[in-house]
Amino acid sequence: MDNSYRSVPVLTSEITPESLYRGRRDFLKAAGILSGSALLAACAPRAAATAVPVPEGLSAFEGKADELGDPVNSYSDITNYNNYYEFSTSKEAVAPLSAGFRSDPWSVEVTGLVDKPRTFAMEDLLKLFPQEDRIYRLRCVEAWSMVIPWQGFPLASLLEAVGPTLDAKYVAFTTLNDPDQFPGMAAGFYPWPYTEGLRLDEAMNDLTLMVTGLYGAPLPPQDGAPLRLMVPWKYGFKSIKAIVKIELVAEEPTTFWKAIASNEYGFYANVNPDVPHPRWLQSSERRIGELSRRPTLVFNGYAEQVARLYDGMDLAKNY
Amino acid sequence: MTIIERLRRLPYTPLQIAVHVFAIGELAWIVIDLLGGRLGVNPLQAMQQRTGRVAITLLVLSLACTPLSNLFGWRELVKRSRTLGLYAFMAAFLHMLIFLDLDNGIAWDAFAQTVAQKPYILFGIATFLLLIPLAVTSFDIWKARLGKRWKRLHQLVYVIAPIAVLHYALSKKGDIFRLQGDIVRPLIYALIIALLLVLRLPAIRRTITFQRSQISARLARRG
Repeated sequence: MDNSYRSVPVLTSEITPESLYRGRRDFLKAAGILSGSALLAACAPRAAATAVPVPEGLSAFEGKADELGDPVNSYSDITNYNNYYEFSTSKEAVAPLSAGFRSDPWSVEVTGLVDKPRTFAMEDLLKLFPQEDRIYRLRCVEAWSMVIPWQGFPLASLLEAVGPTLDAKYVAFTTLNDPDQFPGMAAGFYPWPYTEGLRLDEAMNDLTLMVTGLYGAPLPPQDGAPLRLMVPWKYGFKSIKAIVKIELVAEEPTTFWKAIASNEYGFYANVNPDVPHPRWLQSSERRIGELSRRPTLVFNGYAEQVARLYDGMDLAKNY
Repeated sequence: MTIIERLRRLPYTPLQIAVHVFAIGELAWIVIDLLGGRLGVNPLQAMQQRTGRVAITLLVLSLACTPLSNLFGWRELVKRSRTLGLYAFMAAFLHMLIFLDLDNGIAWDAFAQTVAQKPYILFGIATFLLLIPLAVTSFDIWKARLGKRWKRLHQLVYVIAPIAVLHYALSKKGDIFRLQGDIVRPLIYALIIALLLVLRLPAIRRTITFQRSQISARLARRG
């Protein structure tokens, strides 16, 4: 079951018909129609067109499912519901605000405790490291989740290319710090720029992905273009977007949300239904597109691949 | 008959109509957005947040009536406080219903777990429970029956509003006490509520009333 998280070839007969999973959403809408207001519904204008043009070839991923059998969320869901405070605290506002984001040219500096520090141009990353399809569950700390078909390459292969020294124990990531491009950065009360971090063994785990694409198309700005991290067994805020710097360090680095409220957001932030959060119920979650909540899985369902990283650790203390 | 004349003949004052239109409009707007598919991909969460914001806005407006009437001498404002408060309760009730039924599917264990673990929920429930006696006794019959005690009871809102804003602040990602994170909106509400409560302090109220009478006397002399 080593590769259980990888996308596997899907027979046409196995694909959930679009009408079936669209049906769920229709049910949700129907649930919203209060008695006697069907007439009103007919008059109401339909949902505004999505802010981003939907790329061609999406049908290749529609109807695919994760290894647990849950279908991927639609491209529209994934690109119009984004937690990206550099643009806005409103998830729906991120897509229109990010439309003009300049992610080309882009380069990422890989530095710190490494043998061969190097700045990679985005084109080089795409050339040097073979891109893979990965269908991952994303579990937000706010207790909602999606299933998302990403493209990217393991962070491990990038780290191997620069050669961490023996002193390197952690990996620190930094997002682009550009208030001209990020209107949300004008809001005070945040320790910009966004930073995140992983322990080196977490970073080297094969699940840890540097993401460059979504649904087979280049990663759109609202999802972290052109390069983001995806650590599927941790809460979404660990998966930092628009990365410009990766630094190998000896000590646990400062991370954005931990700096804001360390009692709520720990360094590890592993998805764990048994560790309560002061705000959101973590024992269950709402899969976007579904009406009722479903139980949250320990390590977001990736325990088999990652639980051993935390052997002997008190996960309630190291939340 | 002009529109204005017609409006004058209505049994309602323009302010009264404005209050109803605003409160019902705010709630209807949420339903219209829901039906139009404009609540995004997580409509329950959007409804939860919007009803909460409407509730606290109406509560603040209700609390603003008396100080504003005192400041500007518009006596009718005082009378509208009750309606605004009742609408605030209605929005809070919907807010609570979404939390109880839709979000937790009336799963009582999940509900109990949430209440026990999360201080912001505790403050939210306290707000709602404390609003109940005020909503129930907001009708004239109770006002007459309770007499002087009615006013005392309804002064509970001076406690309820700060608890409500604490609930709001703690529901946001961040830390209001360290001024970190997503706290701008709750902070604005907290400052307005603080100001409205300060304006009610007897010493300040008397100063305002005195200054206003001075100004109007001076204006009358000039006129």
